Amino acid sequence: MSHVLLAIDTATSAVTAAVHDGTRVLASESVPDARRHAETLTPTIDSVMAHAGLSPRDLDAVAVGVGPGPFTGLRVGIVTATTLGLALGIPVHAVCSLDAIAHEIASRGEHGEFLVATDARRKEVYWARYTVRAGGVARLGDPAVSTPAALDPAVRALPTAGRGPLLYPADFGVVVPVTDVDAGALAGLVVHRLEHGGELLPPTPLYLRQPDAQPSAAQKSVLS
Amino acid sequence: MATDGPLVLGIESSCDETGVSFVRGTTLLADAVASSVQEHARFGGVVPEVASRAHLEAMIPTIERACADAGSRLSDVDAVAVTSGPGLAGALMVGVAAAKAVAWALGKPLYGVNHLCAHVCADVLDHGPLPEPTVALLVSGGHTNLLLVRDIADDVQSLGATVDDAAGEAFDKVARLLGLPYPGGPSIDQAAAQGDPRAIAFPRGLTARKDLERHRFDFSFSGLKTAVVRWVQERERAGEPIPVADVAASFNEAVADVLTRKAIDACREHGIHDLQIGGGVTANSRLRELAEQRCADAGISLRVPRVRLCTDNGAMVAALGAQIVARGHAPSSFALPADSSMPVELVQAR
Ligand SMILES: [Zn+2]
Repeated sequence: MSHVLLAIDTATSAVTAAVHDGTRVLASESVPDARRHAETLTPTIDSVMAHAGLSPRDLDAVAVGVGPGPFTGLRVGIVTATTLGLALGIPVHAVCSLDAIAHEIASRGEHGEFLVATDARRKEVYWARYTVRAGGVARLGDPAVSTPAALDPAVRALPTAGRGPLLYPADFGVVVPVTDVDAGALAGLVVHRLEHGGELLPPTPLYLRQPDAQPSAAQKSVLS
Repeated sequence: MATDGPLVLGIESSCDETGVSFVRGTTLLADAVASSVQEHARFGGVVPEVASRAHLEAMIPTIERACADAGSRLSDVDAVAVTSGPGLAGALMVGVAAAKAVAWALGKPLYGVNHLCAHVCADVLDHGPLPEPTVALLVSGGHTNLLLVRDIADDVQSLGATVDDAAGEAFDKVARLLGLPYPGGPSIDQAAAQGDPRAIAFPRGLTARKDLERHRFDFSFSGLKTAVVRWVQERERAGEPIPVADVAASFNEAVADVLTRKAIDACREHGIHDLQIGGGVTANSRLRELAEQRCADAGISLRVPRVRLCTDNGAMVAALGAQIVARGHAPSSFALPADSSMPVELVQAR
């Protein structure tokens, strides 16, 4: 049974897309470009589909990482996924982007607990703690955002993946060399959860922060 | 109903309206708009992050609503047009990404179009093909532009623009000062109806002789705004009541006067007998009235689309897309950017 899945993610510094047939990754591509998601994503999708020798009509589902990640780029991936789903009449499966990084680490045979900490800008990281168990990797608690220094020292001392330890080397322990989401790993995670159960989210962003806006001061203050 | 020409889907997300429309030729088949204006009200102006979040939430439901209104399926679409700029970068990206996804999924051509040119083109949906050349005046919360349009798909030139605030921004700020609700355009217009437009002589920006040399067709509203603030402050200090209706009417008059005066001047300068006005501020009754009167006096024919087509919407984007498709222009690439400062001369982005 072939179930063709297009996976995309724009929550980290890579614009990444992959095609998975339910068994293996057919094609995958990552463009390290944190500022031009809107330009780069569709050409990247087009490229992986061409490499896989498939056309949009061959897709059975779309998978997308819903962050947490810098908002502007994150929205590009999510709206692309939902619009593809609508135009092609296929389902959109969403997962936490940090889980995709954790899944990649677990599939490399790592053991025990580790941390994923990605760039949240403004001197903060998006982070979550994981443990590898029989049958897969499990997240310990909800993803969060904070400065590296605000994390419990015992948590920061864990082996850490993501750009966090590269940006703030003094604050983290051993670096696990997986820096950004890879759509191939994200596809594998979604296929695994579709088969074995596990958290599939609605395709809406995990913002973790309120919009950056101050209500205007009292009306009279314009005069002062 | 028009059966000729390709069915064009238009997507707009440059500011605080998510617009999705279907146009065939110059016929509007569906016009769905979701606005986040109320979410910005408590901030007194458009907050980019709030607008971007709202676009993402609204995009799929708005596309679905446009399909239902048009009685069409997305797969019926022959071409996809989208605003690629100018506008708020994060907001633009939502529409651009959605448009690319539709075009790529369905194997249809994609056209990234200029938001300002699309405003001008909206009028073809109400009044048919544009008289060309025409002078176009665009006034909204985001823009104040005077354009020379020789060919809406190929040749649009900027004659002038605001050097500081957009006209609509000035309305918002003065409304806030007077304790009138956001958005300021409608509330000032309403308050002005009971006031005397000649009560206070507020300044007309960039109309002095020395300014006209360098800024003949440019606009400035920050001096006017400051003059209104000072005038109100002085009354407050003196413990006098503020004649809100007179201030609103006099401010309204100053804005409408300078906009129409420069627009008519531009027509005369270039020997053009057609003026078209677009953008949200065209809802302002004094601007319409003064434009009608001055155009009639100058022998210029005036075109103003209905208010619904003057504010941001997908219809104007689809309308311009249809014109570009009709000329047989090559589509934009899937690497099309969201260009927050897209120059008006660039009608279509590659
Ligand atoms: Zn506009």
